Amino acid sequence: MATVKLSDVKKAFGSVEIIKGVDLDIHDNEFVVFVGPSGCGKSTLLRLIAGLEDISSGELTIDGKRMNDTPPAERGIAMVFQSYALYPHMTVYENMAFGLKLAKFDKKVIDDKVREAARILQLEHLLQRKPKELSGGQRQRVAIGRSIVRDPKVFLFDEPLSNLDAALRVQMRIEIAKLHSDLDATMIYVTHDQVEAMTLADKIVVLQAGIVVQVGSPLELYYHPQNKFVAGFIGSPKMNFVPVEVAATDGTGVTVTLPGGNTLLVPVDSRGVAPGARLTLGVRPEHMSETGQGDATMPVQCVVVERLGGDTYGYVQSDGVELMTVQTDGTSRMKPGDRLDVGMRGATCHLFGDDDQALPLLERNDLADIGKSGILAGAPGPAPAVH
Amino acid sequence: MASQLIGAVIAIVLGIGFSLFYFAGTNWALDHWLGDRTDAAGEKISKAHRRESIRPWLFIAPALLILGVYLVYPVVETLRLSFFDDTGQGFVGLANYIWAFQDGEFLLAIRNNLLWLIIVPSASTGLGLLIATLADRVPWGTVAKSLIFMPMAISFVGASVIWKFVYDYRGPDAEQIGILNAIVVSLGGDPVHWISLPFWNNFFLMVILIWIQTPFAMVIFSAALRGVPMDTIEAARIDGARPVQIFFKVVLPQIMSTVVVVWTTITIIVLKIFDIVLAMTNGQWNTEVLANLMYDWMFRGGGDFGRGSTIAIVIMVAVIPIMIWNIRRFQKEEGMR
Amino acid sequence: MKLAGRYVTGGQVAGQVLLLLLVVIWTLPTVGLLVSSLRDKDQLIASGWWSALSSTEIANQGRTGTADDQVETADGYQIAGNLLPEDSPAEIGFWSDNINDITAYEAGQSAPVDDTGAMTVNADGSYSWVSPEPFTLERGERVFYQAFVPPIFTLDNYREVLAAEGIGRAFINTATVAIPATIIPILIAAFCAYAFTWMSFPGRNWLFAIVVGLLVVPLQMSLIPLLRLYNDVGATFGVEAKSYLGIWLAHTGFGLPLAIYLLRNYIGSLPRDLIESAKVDGATHFHIFTRLVMPLSVPALASFAIFQFLWVWNDLLVALVFLSKREDQIVLTSQLRELLGSRGDNWEILTSGAFISMIVPLLVFFALQRYFVRGLTAGSVKG
Repeated sequence: MATVKLSDVKKAFGSVEIIKGVDLDIHDNEFVVFVGPSGCGKSTLLRLIAGLEDISSGELTIDGKRMNDTPPAERGIAMVFQSYALYPHMTVYENMAFGLKLAKFDKKVIDDKVREAARILQLEHLLQRKPKELSGGQRQRVAIGRSIVRDPKVFLFDEPLSNLDAALRVQMRIEIAKLHSDLDATMIYVTHDQVEAMTLADKIVVLQAGIVVQVGSPLELYYHPQNKFVAGFIGSPKMNFVPVEVAATDGTGVTVTLPGGNTLLVPVDSRGVAPGARLTLGVRPEHMSETGQGDATMPVQCVVVERLGGDTYGYVQSDGVELMTVQTDGTSRMKPGDRLDVGMRGATCHLFGDDDQALPLLERNDLADIGKSGILAGAPGPAPAVH
Repeated sequence: MASQLIGAVIAIVLGIGFSLFYFAGTNWALDHWLGDRTDAAGEKISKAHRRESIRPWLFIAPALLILGVYLVYPVVETLRLSFFDDTGQGFVGLANYIWAFQDGEFLLAIRNNLLWLIIVPSASTGLGLLIATLADRVPWGTVAKSLIFMPMAISFVGASVIWKFVYDYRGPDAEQIGILNAIVVSLGGDPVHWISLPFWNNFFLMVILIWIQTPFAMVIFSAALRGVPMDTIEAARIDGARPVQIFFKVVLPQIMSTVVVVWTTITIIVLKIFDIVLAMTNGQWNTEVLANLMYDWMFRGGGDFGRGSTIAIVIMVAVIPIMIWNIRRFQKEEGMR
Repeated sequence: MKLAGRYVTGGQVAGQVLLLLLVVIWTLPTVGLLVSSLRDKDQLIASGWWSALSSTEIANQGRTGTADDQVETADGYQIAGNLLPEDSPAEIGFWSDNINDITAYEAGQSAPVDDTGAMTVNADGSYSWVSPEPFTLERGERVFYQAFVPPIFTLDNYREVLAAEGIGRAFINTATVAIPATIIPILIAAFCAYAFTWMSFPGRNWLFAIVVGLLVVPLQMSLIPLLRLYNDVGATFGVEAKSYLGIWLAHTGFGLPLAIYLLRNYIGSLPRDLIESAKVDGATHFHIFTRLVMPLSVPALASFAIFQFLWVWNDLLVALVFLSKREDQIVLTSQLRELLGSRGDNWEILTSGAFISMIVPLLVFFALQRYFVRGLTAGSVKG
């Protein structure tokens, strides 16, 4: 049960600034995911919160108490590492008990806590094993168990699933989500995998080069990306970007000319945009129509087709445009060499200016306010478990 | 003897106990004196920062102290002493150096050391590489390496006894019990007194060091060869390279840095070579080397510290380039970490 | 040609032969030493060790009894006895009373000797000299013989060298030097290596660069200043300048750079997550070191321990400078070197002494070869 607050936190290694001033409020019981490409500083930010790195400037508080100079063990946190960091020479039991022993807990108390955690994670039959005798998923569970016994206010996860194979990753993802709803604890989770971010988070923090570029619920980031980076990072396959020219502007939005000559009205705030300006149109593959339905079409030629069974991805190109992706269903007959007119709806498109910032959409998509438990974000009361 | 055994055991326990006591004690004291306190207002005062800035020094202090006394101070002091007379009292300027470079024995030692420096590292490296390569491709390679490795465990003095026995000489009429002369005689030759044979006797002493150092080179190269990706060798085979070409054009370039490390390591050992010469000839018959000469001057006629130090400095000067290269290499590696 | 399931070419056969030759060169000298040390000392100097399994031919002489030993028999007078030393396993093949023609008569043959009768010498050394006249000789007659001695293997050389030549005592002295001189640097270096790897303090990289530099400082540099220092300390405090404590510390100093370097490489390769996880668990550096890093570093510690142990055990120079040659301080290598000087031709002593000095290193070496190799490579192979 804890809040975490970062105020203008900076971190420099020598002269290189890795974290360039981060402000962040993490609420009690919230599941926050730090996401971004490698090198964006997300792990460093987590390690600052953990106390494994010293904060160069700014302030970190946990539950309102300044924590900048507090050693990790006294911050009320627990951390699950990417490599699990299990002590190889200790049994599962000893691994989980290590921190409690150092804190000089009573033997009986330690035993109770370890067994309780083992029960929650179904590790009871493995307690006397050494880490090397465990499978990847079991090691991961021990690592989580080790953090549970500490009864922390805040759980920190550093890319905990990246060493697992795809099937196990999905399973552990579900277990972590379940754990969150069972434990009522604040969790901060670092990943570069946007699927993990979308599925686990109450709140996603997108980082780029040491700066927080956007904070919001998963669907808010999906529907209202504030800039081209977030738009491209969230969503799979990646959003298509098409260079366009502004044809006209008015109160209902900006009308742009697509490659091929057709015009499309995108309902965004048109202030500060003049006709003739060059913008970037963003449209997600799932919002493009192979059959040309929508408000406007664009002539393209199909280059490669990928059939996944349920879905079909068509890679298409047009003059002056990077390769674009069109997502259609598995029954599509598209084939390389086909010339087609792809259609799109203005309401599902985004426009980005020279500075890569998005022009604000005129209407807010109400899906953006749905939390992961299906309740509108900000609604009071504990969220019931979905699983 | 029994009392000495007990004494040794007590000494061992005390020595180790004291070391343990130091580390455990100072760390306990640090945690105790700079522990977190609670002030009058009930607020916790954390001294973690000060505590953790002192602790590293507790960890490294004994090492720094001993390195300082046993290696750093002596380097400086030896340099100083090399400008002083035999007692270390009177300043003589460069006289010791001038003496050295006019002294026949010293110049002879320099010549011999150069011979050692050229021959031993190259022979050991070459043979080590040869054995590692050969052993890698035969089924009994591990056994072969294990047997060849054995001299590494033997002291220079022990090795000297072994080889003195090999070089043993009896008069022409007697039965030869040294295997080398036995072979010479069986081939119809006359037995030779190998270790006094002018000039060549140096090589017979070098053989001993090569015999000891080749296994070292072999082990290192064996590990390095295992690190060469099989893919590159197979690619070369597909490209039509013959085994010898594969070795020189594909394998060797990939382990070149290891070759350099082995070469320099053996070079340093050669510079310090002492035991073999002392045990085999004590510098007689023109086999003097710097380290033995230095030892000699340390105790000759009550000891001449000035001249001894001068010779030590000459050895040190020879090592300095390797030392600088070593530090550079280390710093480069650190940069890549 | 097919060998071990693989096709081999002529080149590979040549390679095998070459390797075999190298193995022989590398092992033969040691084998020679071992075989010789087990041979009877008379045989050792009479024939090469490679002929240890065949009989040795020796030429020797014996003396008969004198007139006092004669007994009167039916046919005259007889002197009888044995020419060979008591319990000798030798068998006489030829004999003669003339030193220049030692193989004049075969064993068992009867021949006139000294114009006073006929002598028979048997293979077992027994002789019988008969004469119709009484013997008058006051000194025994010299009889030369050529005998064949069957191979004798014995531990006598070892007994002699252990007891009489001080090797046994030196063995204990060496152990007294080697064990603490192995353990103390490990402990000190491990703490230091840990600090260099996982703790941050000003000057860390600089100090470590100095350690790397000290790796190659020749031992010789230290000897004179330390000898003076020890003498001063000895004189000031009225203690002996040459002591076990002194040599322990000296070996510690000389071994530290390598120990720190090797252990830092190893400790630095432990996963960072592990150390940080322990920090989050509330462990101080001291706890992390004792409960986590030490147990996990056993392979590296073992590697260095073997390294240092062999080096100290085999060292001569440091022992010569920092220990006296007194009976209670002289080490094996030093004792062996003394023997080389004073008993240079007594191969039965040298060979067995050398082998005793080697036995512990060889045992350590063969038992722990894996760790030793790992330590060597960790220190040298780029990585």
